[in-house]
Amino acid sequence: MPASESNLTLHGAFARQFSRHARAIIRSPAEVANPLLFFFMVITLFPLGLGPDPQRLAEMAPGILWVVALLSSLMVSGKLFASDYEDGSLEQLAIAPFPLAVLALGEVSAYWLATGFLLALASPIFALMLGLPATGIFTLMVSLLLGTTCLTLIGAVGSALTVSIRRGGMLLSLLIIPLNVPVLIFGTTAVSEAVMGGNATSWLALMGALALGSLAVMPVAIGAALRVSLDQ
Amino acid sequence: MYFESLAALWDMDGHGIYVWLAYLLTLCPIIVMVWLPIKRFRQHWRWIEAESRRSGIDVGGAAGESAR
Amino acid sequence: MWTIIHKMGSPPWFFRFSGGLVKWLLPLTVCLLLVGAVWGLLIAPPDFRQGNSYRIIYIHVPSAVVALAGYYVMAFAGAVSLVWRIKMADVTMRAVAPVGAALTAIALVTGAIWGKPTWGTWWVWDARITSMLILLFLYLGVVALFEAYENKSAAARACAVLTLVGTVNIPIIYKSVDWWYSLHQPASIKFTGESAIDPSMLYPLLLMIGAFYCLFAVTVLLNMRAELAWNHRDASWLKQLVQGT
Repeated sequence: MPASESNLTLHGAFARQFSRHARAIIRSPAEVANPLLFFFMVITLFPLGLGPDPQRLAEMAPGILWVVALLSSLMVSGKLFASDYEDGSLEQLAIAPFPLAVLALGEVSAYWLATGFLLALASPIFALMLGLPATGIFTLMVSLLLGTTCLTLIGAVGSALTVSIRRGGMLLSLLIIPLNVPVLIFGTTAVSEAVMGGNATSWLALMGALALGSLAVMPVAIGAALRVSLDQ
Repeated sequence: MYFESLAALWDMDGHGIYVWLAYLLTLCPIIVMVWLPIKRFRQHWRWIEAESRRSGIDVGGAAGESAR
Repeated sequence: MWTIIHKMGSPPWFFRFSGGLVKWLLPLTVCLLLVGAVWGLLIAPPDFRQGNSYRIIYIHVPSAVVALAGYYVMAFAGAVSLVWRIKMADVTMRAVAPVGAALTAIALVTGAIWGKPTWGTWWVWDARITSMLILLFLYLGVVALFEAYENKSAAARACAVLTLVGTVNIPIIYKSVDWWYSLHQPASIKFTGESAIDPSMLYPLLLMIGAFYCLFAVTVLLNMRAELAWNHRDASWLKQLVQGT
């Protein structure tokens, strides 16, 4: 522990929480690779199920990519606060002299970098596999970058609510899928518009607004939900 | 009254089956929605009644036994 | 104002008050539902475009309207529960969730049945139907979360957080589904709104909306009373009430 512990600022607390979890994630690369592998495998299922016709796959590609992104965020968010809850560090955070919302946000940001951000970076490969026209790829990346911010934050609320419940996985999907509907619609529409040569900027702007809004509101809900889970 | 006969009311120009099915499928859950909490309330009410009677008799029974 | 809120928060007072209220609200609800149904089914004229199948509107629209309003009631109770930690608000939330889910399900089923003669299929991914489906998921999520927690006061606060997040989201969900539908709308099922509804059709509809609000109120009150009777089974005021009858 550094000597300056006592005058740790809010920024410092956030940064510390962020780096602690970022380091934990780096130490277990399998955790990072899992969502990407999941994405890769589910993308493979679609041509097998829908037939290999490139025309048809390209038409459905925006929807497929976005649905799979939503599913992989669903898969990841279940584990978000689980280890913290089990080893008791969540209780430590709850009595820390900083808002739980800010500390949780630090953890969520680290997770987002390892999942949503990486997914957005890797998405062009998946887009090429489905034959998404090149005009849509940039929009896909930007929309995933903004959209996964919302997905991760909403997923974190669900995870915070269900962390104390044994086998809360199914419940988690029930809680957060309806809340993710707008992100899915905006994301798919933005990519489709870009592919068809339309104006995708307005949809991306909407997603940006949604991301900023979630960034403002959701941490408070995450903090409140974590406190409830600790009371359980 | 819009319909001229019971048969016309039942048939509704061929749409009767849909209309009556919709009303039936609304009526059933409404009855369940009202009946379930009433049943639950009655159960709890009877439980409390039995409980307070039992505790009352218990005291009386103990007194009776000591008297005997 | 504060005394009313204070009274509402007191179980004995609420129990007596709601007991009196239910006694006349339940018959009133049954009467309103019967009158509305008879008016809508027998007396109102048929729609010139849809014929008689439009009569489903008298249950479809009221159940949908009240189901959506119910979510806001639940959110309000959730906010009260989070801020003031009033037990009665927890009980209210718990009572509203299944009633709202049932009303949403009624709206969905009647919508599907209405779709068959109007559109030729049972299910259409229409904007309003899709929004109702999402609302059903939101309600079911609250019910399931309540059941999953063992500590019921924590359950109530967890559901309050979820409902408040849902309330912020509902307008966004509705708007996004609206846009989604207008982008994909197939030409064959264009359906202009009932903006020019005739008074002879409107009055029974308004009556039915009122009837469904009464139904909502009465079922929520009945659920709350059943819950309260169990929560306070050891309280002396309740025992006195039971023995008094």
